[in-house]
Amino acid sequence: MADSRVDKLAANLQKILSDQQADISHALGELTILIHSRDFLSIAETLRNHTDLVFDTLVDLCGVDYSEYTTNTHAGYKRGDKRFAVVYHLLSVKHNHRLRLRVFVEDNEFPMLDSVIYIWPSANWYEREAFDLFGIVFNNHPDLRRILTDYGFIGNPFRKDFPLSGHMEMQYDPDQKRVIYQPITIEPREITPYIIREEQYGKEEI
Amino acid sequence: MAEIRNYTMNFGPQHPAAHGVLRLVMELDGEVIRRADPHIGLLHRATEKLAENKTYIQSVPYMDRLDYVSMMVNEHAYVMAIEKLLQIDVPIRAQYIRVMFDEITRILNHLLWLGAHALDVGAMTVFLYAFREREDLMDCYEAVSGARLHAAYYRPGGVYRDLPDSMPQYRSSAIRDEKTTATRNENRQGSLLDFIEDFTHRFPGYVDDYETLLTDNRIWKQRLVDIGVVSPDRAKALGFTGPMLRGSGVEWDLRKKQPYEVYDQVDFDIPVGVNGDCYDRYLVRIEEMRQSNRIIKQCIDWMRKNPGPVITSSFKVAPPPRLSMKQNMEEMIHHFKLFTEGMHVPRGEAYAAVEHPKGEFGIYIISDGANMPYRLKIRAPGFAHLAAMDEMARGHMIADLVAIIGTQDIVFGEIDR
Repeated sequence: MADSRVDKLAANLQKILSDQQADISHALGELTILIHSRDFLSIAETLRNHTDLVFDTLVDLCGVDYSEYTTNTHAGYKRGDKRFAVVYHLLSVKHNHRLRLRVFVEDNEFPMLDSVIYIWPSANWYEREAFDLFGIVFNNHPDLRRILTDYGFIGNPFRKDFPLSGHMEMQYDPDQKRVIYQPITIEPREITPYIIREEQYGKEEI
Repeated sequence: MAEIRNYTMNFGPQHPAAHGVLRLVMELDGEVIRRADPHIGLLHRATEKLAENKTYIQSVPYMDRLDYVSMMVNEHAYVMAIEKLLQIDVPIRAQYIRVMFDEITRILNHLLWLGAHALDVGAMTVFLYAFREREDLMDCYEAVSGARLHAAYYRPGGVYRDLPDSMPQYRSSAIRDEKTTATRNENRQGSLLDFIEDFTHRFPGYVDDYETLLTDNRIWKQRLVDIGVVSPDRAKALGFTGPMLRGSGVEWDLRKKQPYEVYDQVDFDIPVGVNGDCYDRYLVRIEEMRQSNRIIKQCIDWMRKNPGPVITSSFKVAPPPRLSMKQNMEEMIHHFKLFTEGMHVPRGEAYAAVEHPKGEFGIYIISDGANMPYRLKIRAPGFAHLAAMDEMARGHMIADLVAIIGTQDIVFGEIDR
């Protein structure tokens, strides 16, 4: 039953977005559309306002760093050499539908994407979070500040090239009678097994 | 005439009404809040990054520590996302156990919320009563997992073990003689199910007690009615879920609308508010506790009649039984591989959401086929709610801000992650 509803939504989307570049894929009972950052805002507005869709809630916004992803395919789509993507999870309370929206960011050095805060106000903090953790800049965001990391933090901790232990540590120095920052002193530990993939991994392309 | 300017004030991070480590920078005009800017991240532990460096099973206990008052529901979303990627089925008894413990957790969470909220607003008594009941429910956690808070009980493919036949007992001590101890142990003589059933008989009376103390209380109403009003459309736009959305009059509950596990087999109602103020959200949560109690009763009835396995028999996902592990080479290898290397999750992505006591709690996993997730994103309900703090608090007094923090049911473990 659930599958037929998703199929119906997919057909609807296909019809409504027919003049746009949007790849729709259906996996594990979830619908994902991959769109180009160029058409992103217009498609987002359609999704929000079209009477058959009405995605009125932005449930989640998630930055992804694909730099260590082993193949260039993901869920069947080529990402090319693009490093960052932003994934939006949308929910339509009215029609009881869910949709995932994936946008790859064009520039790897200075990733920038348009803000959707004027379409979904809940994007405010989510975009600040993606900015903080991945360094993705959201154009036209009114208040793009760091949100989760410390005041004065340098770097984007969720990028794959940022070490798990970080670069700086903080401690109380009894001599100076204040909290000081210093380069980390702990040795990196191997507490988990190496990343092990299936034997057949990477040989066959999906 | 002297120039009158707004002034800025810090609230927290060490304020008892801030429910943890919330730092609010407020711009005040007299006592009226013109702008409230929450500074979060003081409890940021990078759970998502840690999970990317751990095998799938090793991350289960991290989920407990997200929202540390509704532990098992967090685990539930996490294991559901993994199960979706693996495309495995969970035994039906495990589904009932999960639903029952989800509802126990919901009561646990709402009791803490009720006590803390009432305490913030000025009623001490409810807090003490609520913690008396929490004690009983945490004993259920202890009986089933060995831990009173951070259970790590749900596993991909089911739950760690079946419900126990006995309850932990109180022991007499220097301050409690044998007779008192015996009275306290009276309802703990049977199995865990007997104990929970006894609790479900007692609990509606307790909720009546809380309502006697609060619902028609003049002071309680003065502090909550018409505070922090959110319209239904605005609530959806701001990403509200759970009681925050239902308090605004939107009938939305994932347990009904997108049922998972056996929620379509049990009978319960969704309470909905009318005005979207703090008082309506209070009423919604009180009614949710009664409904949770109903669901628990139905789960107990079903589980008494239907024994069965509680975890999947696929040894690639769940460890083999202890006895066969000690006797057979094959099972021993499975056990060793599972707990060192971990399980391989097929390449793909999945988003699994549960109706958490606070709203929609979702886990989004991107897997590249390895033994650890490539990216794990936690969708915490409180994050969206706290983001709306500025809008909800604008134009209210400082004292009302405390009521709004209370009504949002803020727990920093999940917001800062």
